[in-house]
Amino acid sequence: MPSTLFDKIWAAHQVLPETADTPAVLYIDLHLIHEVTSPQAFAWLKSLKLPVRCPERTLATMDHSTPTTPMARNTPMPPTTPMAAFGGVPIKIDAAALQVRQLEANAKEFGIELFGMQDARRGIVHVIGPELGSTQPGMTIVCGDSHTSTHGAFGALAFGIGSTEVGHVFATQCLLQRKPKTFAVNVNGILPRGVTAKDLILSIIGKIGVSGGTGYVLEYRGNTISSLSMEERMTVCNMSIEAGARAGLIAPDDTTFRYLAGKPRAPQGSGWEAAVAHWRTLVSDTDACFDTSIDIDASKLEPMITYGTNPGMVVAIGDSIPKPDNDTVHDKALKYMGFNAGDAMLGKPINVAFIGSCTNGRLEDLQAAASVLKGRKIAAGVHLLIVPGSQQVKREAEALGLADIFKSAGADWRESGCSMCLGMNGDTVASGQYAISTSNRNFEGRQGVGARTLLVSPFTAAASAIRGVVTDPREMLTPRGTLPGPGTPPLEPF
Amino acid sequence: MEPLLRVRSTTVVIASSNIDTDQIIPARFLTTTTKVGLGKQLFADWRYTANGTPNPDFILNKPEAIGCEVLVAGRNIGCGSSREHAPWALLDYGFKAVISTEIADIFKNNSLKNGLVPVVVDAPTHEWLIAHPGAKVEIDLHTTRLTLPTGVSVAFPLEAFARHCLINGVDELGFLRSKIADIERYEIARAAV
Repeated sequence: MPSTLFDKIWAAHQVLPETADTPAVLYIDLHLIHEVTSPQAFAWLKSLKLPVRCPERTLATMDHSTPTTPMARNTPMPPTTPMAAFGGVPIKIDAAALQVRQLEANAKEFGIELFGMQDARRGIVHVIGPELGSTQPGMTIVCGDSHTSTHGAFGALAFGIGSTEVGHVFATQCLLQRKPKTFAVNVNGILPRGVTAKDLILSIIGKIGVSGGTGYVLEYRGNTISSLSMEERMTVCNMSIEAGARAGLIAPDDTTFRYLAGKPRAPQGSGWEAAVAHWRTLVSDTDACFDTSIDIDASKLEPMITYGTNPGMVVAIGDSIPKPDNDTVHDKALKYMGFNAGDAMLGKPINVAFIGSCTNGRLEDLQAAASVLKGRKIAAGVHLLIVPGSQQVKREAEALGLADIFKSAGADWRESGCSMCLGMNGDTVASGQYAISTSNRNFEGRQGVGARTLLVSPFTAAASAIRGVVTDPREMLTPRGTLPGPGTPPLEPF
Repeated sequence: MEPLLRVRSTTVVIASSNIDTDQIIPARFLTTTTKVGLGKQLFADWRYTANGTPNPDFILNKPEAIGCEVLVAGRNIGCGSSREHAPWALLDYGFKAVISTEIADIFKNNSLKNGLVPVVVDAPTHEWLIAHPGAKVEIDLHTTRLTLPTGVSVAFPLEAFARHCLINGVDELGFLRSKIADIERYEIARAAV
């Protein structure tokens, strides 16, 4: 019987199939953990006097509550400082420092590898998994974080779980799961210049809605998807959860294999050839059936921007805010945003621009932003915060001269972390201010109490930071200014 | 966990659609390392004013909300972040069930694991509940039916094993651990491939 990519991964990880009375027991290949959603699971494990069953399948890092302020190299903290030190900068929030300390202690006690505060491989959990080559096709990957869907870009079944399930994986390396339904998202055509993977996924969420994917695993298919780089594919899969989907998947192909080849934790030597041969089988069969599907013409897409308080409230950047009749949800969102139905999005003033997050904090995203910012200055009064997705992305951006472009433009260049995507480390947007942001959620208060978020691509965030108002990035792109892919030559000057 | 056979209570209605888990508990409260005491921060940005005083217009600050164990939310609740702090906060406040037309996957799973009953109902039943805040309802986990004070009774979906765990007061880990031999066999078989 023909099967989908999802069916194949599911079947290969079923320890026990589901029955009418019990869900399937699903084996988990890779368990990523971070400081915010793991402490309660460790505490539970300790209360039951249980070990972590497969510490070698578990990888820990710190990203959510960690500071992004630059290292103050000349002011070392005394080693006895009660606060966790970060390159000399203490964590100012006591509770966050305690979380970091607890993860350090828990990782040590349970024998889990930790990329801690001072580790050169530290970064946002969904950026470092792929960077290390730990994320591989055909795997099952979970993390106590909804954006685990990012790893689906490699053809891995990857989804977010709660802290109780983190405890289940610690204790048994398995989860109890009912089999979700499948949803084919067919995308064909060439993305127009200045229209990115972020605009694509925002369009998809706009079409199917924030609960349109509930109960489904999405598989992104079609020639547009095949032509995307791995980093672009990660942006698409990352926001699957914003459509309510448990996971997003893209079949692995030569682009995937080129990305993974030589990564520290990818298979090496003869193991590599065998792995690739297996990975090539991880595609949906030609006549496989999906429970539902949607077709998208990529050539018709435009840069997108959200205007409301969920990612489904989105329009093409040149459009005005819609006017649905008698929609109290819409009215409430617009009141929060300080907008009116019928307003044009172009020209709306912004206070903050944020470029970063697990959605758009990778090197290509920073290259895209740099292609717009090079030789330009941001508008007076705008705070442009650029936060690399990992310490590796930071080093690469510095080596390529991107950090210098950002600093010359007037941007604030930081250490890696989740930062202003959710503001739990203190990087927040003030109440009532407008933040144009490359992150994934524009919920009320997401970036700070009363903060108003406009979700966009890195191109649009950079262009808007320069003008100080919502700006169509296509006005600022050079002919070469499309999103540079891996191995792209250095950016040309304007 | 205590066995949970039924919830019988008056309802609190928060009619907003798409209530995400950032609204249920904002991220700045996630720097905790325990599950304790999160009820104080439930719906914090709706419940308190900028200076921290209770917002008198918000339903949870009104006398009629006291003691209510059933939250009726607008269409689709629980989207966004996977934070289990959301059901922990709802339970710590005193809720035992959440009713909506759609409930996001991760929030639903997290709720079931902590004894917060997610109840998905059809649009007419939902409209009735939204229009009748304070209605006395009964949610029966044996029959998986919700009964309105009008006598109307509707079935709601509840995954069989989650229901078993709720009504017997057991957690899923016990079952998973009883399958360790199967898990070991699976690992050996895979390693051999």
